[in-house]
Order: sequence, then structure tokens, then C-alpha cells
Amino acid sequence: MSKVKKQSLVAQEPLIILLSTPLIAGVLLVSVLPTILGALTSLTDLELSYVIQWNFVGLENFGSALSDSRFLESFRIGAIWALSVTVLAMILGFTLALLIERRKYYSPILKILAVFPWALSPVIIAIIWDMLLNPNSGPITGYLRKYELPGANVSLLYNLNTALPTVIVIGAWLSLPVVTISFLAALKTIPREMIEAALIDGTSASQRMRLLIIPQLRPIITALVALNIIWNFNSFGLIFVLTNGGPGGRTYLPGLFVYEESFRYGNFGYAAALGMIITIALVIILGIYVATRNRNEVEA
Amino acid sequence: MKALASKLGIGTLVVFFVVFLGGPFLWLLGMSIKAPIDILAYEPSLFPENPYFQNYSDALEKSGIVRAFLNSIFISAVSTLFISILVVVPAYFFARNKGFFSKSLAIWILVSQVFPLSLIIIPLFLALQRINLINSYPGLIIVYVVVNLPFSLWLLRGFVLSIPRELEDAARVDGASFVQVIGFVILPLLTPGMIVVAVFTFINVWNEFFFALVLLSDPEKLTLPLQLAQFLGAEGRGRYGALAAATVIAILPSIGLFALIQKKFSDNFLAGAVKG
Repeated sequence: MSKVKKQSLVAQEPLIILLSTPLIAGVLLVSVLPTILGALTSLTDLELSYVIQWNFVGLENFGSALSDSRFLESFRIGAIWALSVTVLAMILGFTLALLIERRKYYSPILKILAVFPWALSPVIIAIIWDMLLNPNSGPITGYLRKYELPGANVSLLYNLNTALPTVIVIGAWLSLPVVTISFLAALKTIPREMIEAALIDGTSASQRMRLLIIPQLRPIITALVALNIIWNFNSFGLIFVLTNGGPGGRTYLPGLFVYEESFRYGNFGYAAALGMIITIALVIILGIYVATRNRNEVEA
Repeated sequence: MKALASKLGIGTLVVFFVVFLGGPFLWLLGMSIKAPIDILAYEPSLFPENPYFQNYSDALEKSGIVRAFLNSIFISAVSTLFISILVVVPAYFFARNKGFFSKSLAIWILVSQVFPLSLIIIPLFLALQRINLINSYPGLIIVYVVVNLPFSLWLLRGFVLSIPRELEDAARVDGASFVQVIGFVILPLLTPGMIVVAVFTFINVWNEFFFALVLLSDPEKLTLPLQLAQFLGAEGRGRYGALAAATVIAILPSIGLFALIQKKFSDNFLAGAVKG
């Protein structure tokens, strides 16, 4: 009897299962099957041409990939990019969420500004920052020049040393909405009584942050770090439009590398192997996240 | 003294975030009404003394922006319609059923975040090529529907969870059929959630770049992000005014729609996760 009460009466309706299964089957067919086929493609020398022909080559593509210095360099850039963007977006997003949670006169405007970039295409963000960073007409070099600061005479996006740090800041700008909204939602789940009790106990702000707020937010922090690393490692549109991997390959993210390998040079087999290597790396990150989450749950 | 210092620190942070987040929008808006001579001024200003609206007519007349705009409206609207129809019953099912399927959904949503687009695009491209759906809207729309389904499902599930189960059980006890319960109890209460999901999907498709880049090549069929990217690469850096105007036009629908749901979306973004 108790079981019936727990389950909604309606949810046991056979029709509902009937209506849900084709959808799930369809999605599996278009998302899971291609992943499996992609994995299989990585074991072949398939090329894009008028006739589809391929030979089974075993793990040869993986061998070439791991000794392909251009790919390894791209992978390294991807790792630096994904980690830096994530760390920067987490710090900025957390600060922003705390400011908004203070509920002062500036909170509504900050909240609106924080979420709106979410509604923009990476292409549009690329165009806006291209204008901001333009060495002739952009305000950033304009102000650097006016106050005679370093960097006034370099084009931040096209200089070998500044290109990657510059796009990392833009990447954090793009990641900020999701991080901030998530932190805001998580901050709301901290019981007010806990904070009030801590206040009565005479704790300092830094103690409350370190001993109360951050431990409470730990699950959301691990989730955001894992997801942001994964999303950013797969990032494509922003960099494709902004620098197309340049200057001199300094921003050549793995996503761009795989795209060029498959749709510019037509090396589908090799590109699939590169995709597999990236996937395995990301699945490991996801696995670490799931493991820490389970451990946290056991502790709690 | 300490209080003053912390006030100053907070003030600095607020100013920093307002400039960092809002500045780029204002600059874009300013650029879109600057004449070429203002754009190249030695000391750039945010807004020009004399607004130059010809950028907007330039953007509309040339560079295929209007056609791309209409293409994007069509693709986004059709994808959104399909997702909105497909997602209702499964979202309901996953919200109310606490068994195996529901747990698998959470895992699937998580895994769908790692699905490397660069990997699934290869077999997808070959399959679509074989059935002649490359460079066609149906092919692109199928891909959009499938790619956006997991998160839309998750989002709507959160809204179903907020509907008290007693309501439908009561209707059920009163003798309503399953279809009646869905149609007369659930759907009316789910309308706000459906709007959020529809707007969310529309914006996502409106902004999508990667699949459109791979699957569309006919210049007549390009979506707005593709057309804008091409504009920037081809001549945009020499015609920033018109490019900025075109970008403002491209932003209007997504910002407008997002403004409608902004509050509900922020509040429900994690609802599913929090309510479990």
C-alpha cells in the first residue's frame, strides 16, 4: 500500500511508457549510435570522398595521434584553456553571486548583466570582443594608449604572448552566466538559521565563508568545475570566429583541430580517433567528479 | 576604518562587474551608430556626437543578413515546436517515476554533456549524406531536436515536480482518464514551464554555430550566426559600423525572448537538481 502511495497513480499508466519509449529510442539512435559508430570509425582509414571506402587499421590512428606533435600541442592548449577559463569563471561567478545575494541597490542590475550574455551566440560574443580589442578603433587599446600603459602597442589578439590569456578572459566572460546562476541558486539553499547562528556565535566574515558557506557549496563547486572543464575543452565557435586558432597556433583548441582534420582535410578515420582521445580524457574527468560526489554523499 | 575599506572594496567590485559585463553591450550599441570617421577617431568614445543610422540600412541591404535572419527564424521555430511537443509526456514520466528510467535520465543528461560533438558529427554527417539531408533544413532540424532534448527534458521535469501530485490523484479518483489528467490538470499548470522550455530551445537553436557550419554550405541557406561569422571574416573589420548594426539586429530576438523568461529561468535552472 505504501508503495502505491509513493508512486503516482498516473505514472503507472502504460500509455505514458508507450509514449515515452519511441522518443528515447529515437534519441539513442541519433546520439548513442553515432558515438559508437564514431568509435568504430576511429579504427579505420575512412576518408571523405565521392566513394566511401575504408580499411580496418586497428589502433594505428591512435598511435599516429599520440605521436602527432601538432595534436599534442593542441591538446595542451586545450587543457590550459579549459582549466584557466574554469578557474577564472568560478572566482568571478562566486564573487558576483555573493554581491547579488547582498540584496543591495546594485543587485538587480548585476543580476541582469550577469545572465544576459547567456542569450548570445558565441559568434556574436566573438564579434563584440573583436571590436573591443581592435588595435585601431577598440576602447581597450585606446585607453591603454591614453594612459600610456603596457600593451598599448600590441594587438592583444594577434600577439603570440597575449593571444591565449586574452581569449581565456573572453571565455570566462562567456561562462559567467551559468556559473553565477548556479551559485545564486545554491546560496539560496543554505539555511538562514545557520548563518544567523554563526553570527550570534561571533564569527568573522572569513570564518563564515571558510567554515560554513564553502563547505555547504562543495557539491555545486565540484559539479561546476567538472562541467565547465568539459564544456570548455569542447569549445569551438568562439575561438573559430575570433582567432581561428592563431596567431601561430597559440589558440588552436582541440575542437578546431578535429574540425579541420575531418571537414577540411577529410581524414574521418583519423579525426574520429582524435575525438575518441578527447572523449576518454573528458570521461575520466567526469568519472573523478562522480567519484567525489559519491564520497561526499557518504560523508554527509 | 575597516568598514570603510570593505565598503570601498565592494564598490570597486561592483563597478568592475558593471563595466566588464555591461561595457561590451554598450560598445556594440555605440559602434552601430558610429560613422566611419568616428570609428577611427584617435580617442574612441562610447557614443558618437552625431548618430549615424545608415549602418542599419547598410546591414539590411547588403550581406544577406535579412535572408539569414528569416532562415534562422524558420529553423529555430520548427525545432522548438518539435521539442515542445515531444518533451511533455516524457518529462512528466521522469518527474513522477522514481524507478530505473528516472535514474538513467540523470546519467544520460550528464553523459550528453560529454558527447563530443566532434566525434558524433562524423557518423551523423555520413548518415545524413547518405539520405541526402546534407545542406538541408530537415537534416539540421533533426540534429537540433536531438541535441537539445536532454536539457529541455530536464528543465521541464523540474516544472512537473512543482505540481502537487495530490491534484492529479484526486482527478484520477474522480474518474478522469489518463489523457484527461494530462490535458486538463497537468498541461494548464505546466504552461509557464512550457514557455520557459520553448524560449530556451529557441535561443539555443538561434545561437547554434557548429552543426550549421558543418551541415550547411549553400549560401542561400546560411543561418544568422554563419552569416555574421562570414561577414566578420570577409569585410567586417573594415565595416565595423554595419557589422555592429547587423549584430544588434541578430541579438534582438534572443535578448527579447530571454527578458521574458529571465526570472523564471534563473529560479528554475537548478530546480530539478535541488528537488531531486
